[in-house]
Amino acid sequence: MNTILEIRNLHVHFPINIGTVRAVQGVDLELRQGEVMGLVGESGCGKSTLGFSILRLLRPPGEIVEGEILYHGRDLARMEEKELLSLRGNNISMIFQDPLSSLNPLFRIDEQFIETIKTHDPQISKQEAFDKAAQVLESLGISPERLLEYPHQMSGGMRQRIMIGMALVLDPDLLIADEPTTSLDVIVEAQFLDLLNELRKQYDLTILLITHNLGVVAQLADRITVMYGGTIAETGDTCSIFDNPLHPYTQGLLASIPNIKLDQPELHTMEGAPPDLVDPPPGCVFHPRCPRVMDVCKKESPKNFRKDGRIVRCWLYG
Amino acid sequence: MAELLKVENLKKHFPLQKGFLDNLFAKEKRFVRAVDGVSFSIRKGETLGLVGESGCGKTTTGRLVLRLLEPTSGKVIYGGKSIFSYSKEEMRRLRRNMQVIFQDPFASLSPRMTIGEAIGHPLKIHGLAHGKDAERKVMDLMEKVGLEPASFLYHKYPHQVSGGQRQRVVIARALVTNPEFVVADEPIAMADVSVRSMILELLIRLKQEFDLTYLFITHDLATSKYICDRVAIMYLGKIVEIGPLKEVFSKPVHPYTSTLLAAVPVPDPKFRRTHPIPKGEIPSAINPPSGCRFHPRCHRASADCSREEPPLREVGEEHWVACNLRGQW
Repeated sequence: MNTILEIRNLHVHFPINIGTVRAVQGVDLELRQGEVMGLVGESGCGKSTLGFSILRLLRPPGEIVEGEILYHGRDLARMEEKELLSLRGNNISMIFQDPLSSLNPLFRIDEQFIETIKTHDPQISKQEAFDKAAQVLESLGISPERLLEYPHQMSGGMRQRIMIGMALVLDPDLLIADEPTTSLDVIVEAQFLDLLNELRKQYDLTILLITHNLGVVAQLADRITVMYGGTIAETGDTCSIFDNPLHPYTQGLLASIPNIKLDQPELHTMEGAPPDLVDPPPGCVFHPRCPRVMDVCKKESPKNFRKDGRIVRCWLYG
Repeated sequence: MAELLKVENLKKHFPLQKGFLDNLFAKEKRFVRAVDGVSFSIRKGETLGLVGESGCGKTTTGRLVLRLLEPTSGKVIYGGKSIFSYSKEEMRRLRRNMQVIFQDPFASLSPRMTIGEAIGHPLKIHGLAHGKDAERKVMDLMEKVGLEPASFLYHKYPHQVSGGQRQRVVIARALVTNPEFVVADEPIAMADVSVRSMILELLIRLKQEFDLTYLFITHDLATSKYICDRVAIMYLGKIVEIGPLKEVFSKPVHPYTSTLLAAVPVPDPKFRRTHPIPKGEIPSAINPPSGCRFHPRCHRASADCSREEPPLREVGEEHWVACNLRGQW
């Protein structure tokens, strides 16, 4: 399969008054054409920062200090802003957690669609843009009349579908979805996941699905990348990660999620708290909480080791 | 087991704010029927889960049970009479026995109080302990909820500790007056996966240690499985199914319960959902559908369902369902 996006040794820093937050520390990630990659981890692990840095949407003072982000071979990390503008939306789109704060409350939905379309294609007429928006909404199962409504007239699930409609109207090939179902209720979440699954085929999408919800990735993702403390713990295909997690963090994480279908009497708990990224621990960032810690873990940062077709960043496999 | 608390036909209708024009043309006053006739009882020592999607009225029910809100009608019977007829003095004593843990540990703590002061504050309010005595009590409790070393954390401010520790502070503060009943309103919804399981385990352990009874309010069905003995499923201000957790989860009778259970994303890539997921979202609680409130979205609905509002009927031991079909399809 073709690689659509390749991130190499990415470092993102946020210099703040008490030091520098090393939010992303040397991340490698590869997205293949047509796959759904689940990027999972707990809050503060750097997963959203990674997503934002692909489109260079980091809020100041965040900056990419090292590394490459190759999209079809072109480095987004060093691209001119103007060139990047034409890629955003046209080629790579993003949807966010909170659809209410992503839509402008003062404008009708059709106006927001038309603005998006016309920004990228000034030649297109208003009517054509409107028709295009109506067409996208139909593919999402929304009647085009709702284009004439304002965001507050819609429910949360509807707004999130409008957001994905806006992300798809320019026909991108890569969609970055940052916690797209976190603000939705479980039935609406299930509807949205079904929709996303249909859309990926219909629009031939590659999706980077950023979430803390392992249930969501299990149902949608082809491969999974687990992040911890600004680094990648493990990457592999979904089934093998769930069946046989290699990294001790992945093992702990999977054991601590509640599963409605399983008859497990109690949940596993992981001691300790995630690392302080201003002053990360030396060696492996997970070593202070790791049940299988060795001497080398405290001194030297692990490299990406390959095992059973997976990449795992842990000295156990070195 | 003895009944600790009984809720009878509780209703809470919030009036909708009217605009100037509505007043001018004397439009009919409208209400949000947040809780619309809820009855259940909680036995001493059990954990009852109140589960539903946002807007179903579960939090409003929790607040009514604590009398943090006055009801439109209905009773919450505790200690032989309805708490809504308690005098001020009786309420003060009641507050000591009924405590609450909210979802957001950031908003629940004053940034100006140290952790020790915050936990000890209820002791001061209720005049239960003073000075060194109170401090010792607080430190004791801090150790029990895993806030260690207690003497070090006692003088810290909430912003200096992690989110998980903050939730422990909130829990300790709820327990310091030695209550017998605790309403936990989404106590772990804000926490991360690894913190979540820790807090859950703590709540289970404390229940044993302090001989507590919980009303556990949550939208997360998977989590409720680990802590609840019985569970009540709410939809649009009403309980649609209530029963022992194991039975409700393994043999749900109400079509809404089975839909809700099926919609939970299962952390197993080999599992594929087969149950149909209804289109649309929860209708408005201002004008709830006639008859059974779930009928417009129900894949089993018949013509009767839009006419007749089903009462809760017993379908198994302690298992009650408000559905005209009662699983007979």
